[in-house]
Amino acid sequence: MSDNALRFHFDVDGENFTSAGQASVKIKKSLRELGVDAETIRRVSIAMYEGEINMVIHANGGDADVIVDERGIEIILSDHGPGIANIDQAMQEGFSTAPDNVRSLGFGAGMGLPNMKRYTDDMTIESVVGEGTTIRMRVNF
Amino acid sequence: MTVTELAAALSLTPVALPDGERVINGAYMGDLLSWVMGRARADNAWITIMTNMNVIAVASLSDVACVLLAEDVMPDQAVIDTANARDINLLRSPLSSYDLAVALSDALRKASL
Repeated sequence: MSDNALRFHFDVDGENFTSAGQASVKIKKSLRELGVDAETIRRVSIAMYEGEINMVIHANGGDADVIVDERGIEIILSDHGPGIANIDQAMQEGFSTAPDNVRSLGFGAGMGLPNMKRYTDDMTIESVVGEGTTIRMRVNF
Repeated sequence: MTVTELAAALSLTPVALPDGERVINGAYMGDLLSWVMGRARADNAWITIMTNMNVIAVASLSDVACVLLAEDVMPDQAVIDTANARDINLLRSPLSSYDLAVALSDALRKASL
């Protein structure tokens, strides 16, 4: 990571489903101002939004950090939620542990983590049950 | 074909039309928001019956050209205000999602002739 990387930090509010996505929208705006191409912005902001939604649904919020350097964009999402017991299972399209009230909003389809992987070049999940989850994603220019 | 042209062709009622000159390149239909984010392409028209605030976020982040609300569903004023603030086009129709998709397909085909 070079010294002149740009860093952004957001607190993701776990209480408010309606406002989920504020960090993603701000990042979208910042990347546009930096002159990043539209498809890269789309990939980063969707991956980040899915992460935000996950933190609201499962972890009562968390932290989102975005680092932009000359090679690409790194997104780090960390929470102190329940953790993911079986990451391979969580990565399968259609697998979800989201409650019913979330489904009525159009989420909980089991596509969040798969979308995050789909739209990023690299993604790692570190999770400890009972302690929390940290997801790192990278989108290269 | 622009969103404004589509609205005229399909007799859509504009709910929010801050960027009517956006050009539509195709369509995606669905109500599961993550599915839409995974599959819809930039500049698509998105047909849905969902009207909550998250629809605006998904439309914005997916960079769709417009959201077409089927079955005459109507969002809250707060959702409409946010759509206008975020440059998201919202239009509604009494048609079902399927009938709206068929009509949209005809309109896009005619426009490309």
